Amino acid sequence: MTTQTPGLRTKLGRARGLGSAKEGAHHWWMQRVTALALIPLGLWFIATIVALAGADYTEATTVLSHPLVAVLMVLTIIATFYHAQLGMQVVYEDYIGTHWLRLTVDLATKFACFGLAVAAIFAVLKIAFGG
Amino acid sequence: MTPGASTPHTRRVDKMAMQERPLSPHLQVYKLPITALTSIMHRATGVALSAGTVLLVYWLLAAAAGPAAFATAQAVIGSVFGLLLLFGWSWALFYHLLNGARHLVWDAGFAFEIKQAELGSQIVVFGSVALTILAWIIGYAMM
Repeated sequence: MTTQTPGLRTKLGRARGLGSAKEGAHHWWMQRVTALALIPLGLWFIATIVALAGADYTEATTVLSHPLVAVLMVLTIIATFYHAQLGMQVVYEDYIGTHWLRLTVDLATKFACFGLAVAAIFAVLKIAFGG
Repeated sequence: MTPGASTPHTRRVDKMAMQERPLSPHLQVYKLPITALTSIMHRATGVALSAGTVLLVYWLLAAAAGPAAFATAQAVIGSVFGLLLLFGWSWALFYHLLNGARHLVWDAGFAFEIKQAELGSQIVVFGSVALTILAWIIGYAMM
């Protein structure tokens, strides 16, 4: 009796389960991880923004400089932009057929997401540490 | 053989072409089931929310810059156009949040039956509208 590996993939390759893209289900998994984090963070964020409706500068910065609010806001920013660039990548992969264009738009989105995230975190920390 | 010659094969193809056969549904004339509608809305709201993050970052940067910049940001967001944008964005957030939770339930291996999928779609549509209105009522009450 012979035991053969189906297809051309080696047994080691199959056991690693990383596929041709070499990263396996990492993209899929991180989208779920950030989604799970964003359920409580998103609800907290909405409640915070609703509570700040019509707030003036002093009220808004006082709330945002509270340690718990600042930490939760930074966590929300990180999870949001991580989740957004993963999601936008899938949209581009589905609708943009031209490889160079897809790559260009995806990279531009990723740079924009990380740039916006750092700017937002900087703003929260500046407010939290007293302007 | 000359092109267009009649053979048993081409005769059969001609006969098939003349028959009244059902046409495949096209997106423009096909009424989407609610499950398909809620699926594409998840993607649409995701894209809208991604674009909307620019507004959030602007608001935070304005708050960090000082009272004058913050007053300008509040005026921009408080304008009719700004409020419309914020209202749409808040609904998109509730929708994506509720439907995203539905996706996580599916990922866990539950609620794949058609009845459950349709019920989930309805909960997400009505729930997101209800939560959006509730959030805005509370927001205005707190002002």
